[in-house]
Amino acid sequence: MSYLPFVLAAWIFLVGIFGIVRSRHFIHLVVCLSLTQSSTYVLLLSIGYVKHGGAPIFKDVPLGTKAVDPVVQALTLTDIVVSVTVAALLLALAIQAKKHAKTMNPDELRPVRG
Amino acid sequence: MVPLQATIMILVALGALAVALTSDLVRLVIVSSAYTLLLVVLFVVLQAPDVALSMLVVGTIGYPLVLFVAIRRDRADD
Amino acid sequence: MTRRVRLALFGVAACGLAALLLWSITGLPKFGDYHGAYGKILNKRAPQERQTSNVVAAVVFDYRGFDTMGEELILFAAVMGVAMLLREPREEEAPVPEDPVRSDALRAFGVSFAGATLVLGLWIVAHGYVTPGGGFQGGVVLAAAFLLVWLAGSYRAYRGLARAPFVELAEGSGAGGYVVIGLCALLIGDAFLHNLLPYGVAGKLSSGGSIPLLNWASGLEVTAAFVLLFNEFLSERAVLIDPTRRPS
Repeated sequence: MSYLPFVLAAWIFLVGIFGIVRSRHFIHLVVCLSLTQSSTYVLLLSIGYVKHGGAPIFKDVPLGTKAVDPVVQALTLTDIVVSVTVAALLLALAIQAKKHAKTMNPDELRPVRG
Repeated sequence: MVPLQATIMILVALGALAVALTSDLVRLVIVSSAYTLLLVVLFVVLQAPDVALSMLVVGTIGYPLVLFVAIRRDRADD
Repeated sequence: MTRRVRLALFGVAACGLAALLLWSITGLPKFGDYHGAYGKILNKRAPQERQTSNVVAAVVFDYRGFDTMGEELILFAAVMGVAMLLREPREEEAPVPEDPVRSDALRAFGVSFAGATLVLGLWIVAHGYVTPGGGFQGGVVLAAAFLLVWLAGSYRAYRGLARAPFVELAEGSGAGGYVVIGLCALLIGDAFLHNLLPYGVAGKLSSGGSIPLLNWASGLEVTAAFVLLFNEFLSERAVLIDPTRRPS
């Protein structure tokens, strides 16, 4: 029971990769990729958790109260906003690929030759 | 571990499976937003309000819009 | 490689990866049993050293400010990539299509909430280092305020509000402003991104040294980046004109 969040992170990672391998449409592939990315957020925040700790905000809270680790939260919050823009870049690539290959199915794309 | 934490973790696991198995695109956007909301509750329960705010804002505004417009462009080209 | 072969190969590899991950999890400390020293030191010392009550904002903009600069540049590069991929060269300026809103409820919602969302976004950015919030979260809310103008009004009104030169200028100033604030510290003789302003008292808006400046720079950049992203994705005629609608 005390290892449940880490098992959850591993589960989400494997489910995300399963979705990528099985997908038939590029947009579904991009969504599963961001699902895989969300497993890293869960893992980071679970590592930083302190038992009976509060949020690391000290407004009107005396210094010295137990709080969870702020460094992993800092890493995660910028990552979330940036991942949306990277997903948008991938979707733009998929839209451009459709113009050339006329298909959005990853199975039907052939590598470019010549 | 508090029962609330265990419950929300199991719900997140089921939500992840739902996102990977949905094949219809418009439904996928809605299921992905619901999964994002479950993640927001998980982050609040893990005492991370900044991260929860970030995920909430991105999962309801940024991500569904980008996905819907990509789906629309894909269908309009057919 | 056919689909079935690929799935079988994935099945085998996934079992191996799952076993490896489960074995590695047994080496971690238990959930809640945090061993790191850096987090504990930061929670004790940061509110007094940097005079911010939100320790996460102090870590993002001060202790690890260099990493945040890298993230901002990733955002900048990704939006530039989207603009390059989706922007088509047009010989003459194509007329912006007119798409009137057909639902009264949507129009009422957009009109009443666009102003409120703008104020909420500005509040979240401004109070980022006092309570949970900050430039990244508030920036996306501000971009949503622009989007409500599109949802409630027409595309023409939205493009009139979010003109391309201004949005691009805002994005450049946000990303460049962050670097310039860091360089100003070099001019004084300190390290890059060293603190410039007096610290003040924690809990007020005028505290934290140069954290407010970096906060607003990143908020400006995130807002402009998302508005630019929406512009690029929405600029195609086929997206706005409903193909099933009969021309009247």
